[in-house]
Amino acid sequence: MMNTLITSLARLLIFPGLLFAVPAAWFFLWVERKAVARMQGRIGPPFMQPFFDFIKLLGKSTPPRNGIGGMLMKAWPLIAVSSAAGAVGLLPVLPASGGFQGDLILLLALLELPSMCIIAAGFSSRSIFGEIGSAREAVLSVSYNVVFLLAIVSIAASQHTFSLSALAQLPFSWLRLLGIVAIIVCLPAKLHLNPFSLPNAEQEIYSGPMVEYAGPELAMWELSHGLEWVAATGLVATLIAPAFTLWWVAALVFVAISFAIVLLLSVVASATARLQIDTTVRFYWQCTLIFAVLAVAAALFTRFRA
Amino acid sequence: MNLWKKLMCYSRSHSPWLFHMNSGSCNGCDIEIVASLSPRYDAEQLGVRLEGSPRHADILCVTGPVTHNAAAAIRTVYGQVCGPKAVVAIGSCPATTNVFIDSRTLDGPLNKHIPVDVFVPGCPPRPDAIILGVAKAAEILAARGNKPPKESVMIPIGESSCCAGGCACKAEKEEVRA
Repeated sequence: MMNTLITSLARLLIFPGLLFAVPAAWFFLWVERKAVARMQGRIGPPFMQPFFDFIKLLGKSTPPRNGIGGMLMKAWPLIAVSSAAGAVGLLPVLPASGGFQGDLILLLALLELPSMCIIAAGFSSRSIFGEIGSAREAVLSVSYNVVFLLAIVSIAASQHTFSLSALAQLPFSWLRLLGIVAIIVCLPAKLHLNPFSLPNAEQEIYSGPMVEYAGPELAMWELSHGLEWVAATGLVATLIAPAFTLWWVAALVFVAISFAIVLLLSVVASATARLQIDTTVRFYWQCTLIFAVLAVAAALFTRFRA
Repeated sequence: MNLWKKLMCYSRSHSPWLFHMNSGSCNGCDIEIVASLSPRYDAEQLGVRLEGSPRHADILCVTGPVTHNAAAAIRTVYGQVCGPKAVVAIGSCPATTNVFIDSRTLDGPLNKHIPVDVFVPGCPPRPDAIILGVAKAAEILAARGNKPPKESVMIPIGESSCCAGGCACKAEKEEVRA
């Protein structure tokens, strides 16, 4: 009992939890900006840039906000950061790191919470741009989440388990590859990257739901966005990475695969333009949903054959 | 505590986020601001980011000679930028109202309405000069913190406004000569 408590605390606070995840979040934010800059033929921001931005935002003042609305506006970024950090802490990176039956469901819920917070934050800011951004985020989240969940369910259903560490140790299969591709297609929408960066479209609605945020609250949003990067790419990395017995090899492979996915997503983001909301929704419902339903059907078929 | 202050000062001077406000400008300076973020000049190397919301910004970049319509908007937006903040007046218009001086549609210059930290004159100024002005404003901001602004700095026009030699500006001139 004591042992599991210590292991889970270490996972939440050290690796792959806060102590690893916060610098990794800043690093991935830098990789994103740097990759976009290199694709545009620029040099791009210095290595420590997201860290400097974070510290600077901590030192800025915030406009006074009273009442329930003000309290809620302070609460949303904190909820987003803690749920994203919890999601990173659940990832089964190290071999034999524990975990429980059903932690996949908890991970999916924690991954979903930041975007719920973004929707709520936009509406509680009472700014017209924030409300448009939140409405777009809600529409987007309804369309990509069906595909995202079906892709993960297809992998889980074929193995009849909802435990992350059991999923991470599976051998390679074509079905799993199909699921992973479907998840990667959903990631740009989840991380608000370019073909699907509708909720925070700078040229149309300024920063969308974040438009009224300033200072430390904005710093928390930046951090939660970085942690979402770590959690979302980490989920794909644990599904791709083969099982290792040595812990440092497992950790190294995890970081390398996450890095590769961040690079891939940033390059795609800088090479594409923003799609309209109806095009985006049609893309997810028509093209990708068929793909995900096929994956689930195949998963159920293989399970009943076996 | 001292270490935290030093880190904060360093971070402030290395992460200036801009909000660009047009107060009746002819769009010449606005194009040069965008040019300073383009691949040729790449202000993002200094951590510069053009933000969509004044709440996110540290430095307010104002262009244009301040028309009657824009005057109230400028004061509102200046109030919306959270402190510590600095103001950069880009172009000759916000500094002196330029060729529009004595026009009945104007309520300029800019420092009649809000305190200006750095003037970047020129019609329009070169992107090098704009980047230099923003870097100067970030330094002022880091040194000053939340204290009220004192006096303005002027970025000189001409070759001295270039960075220390070998920059795109000089290369361009040599190309023209050759």
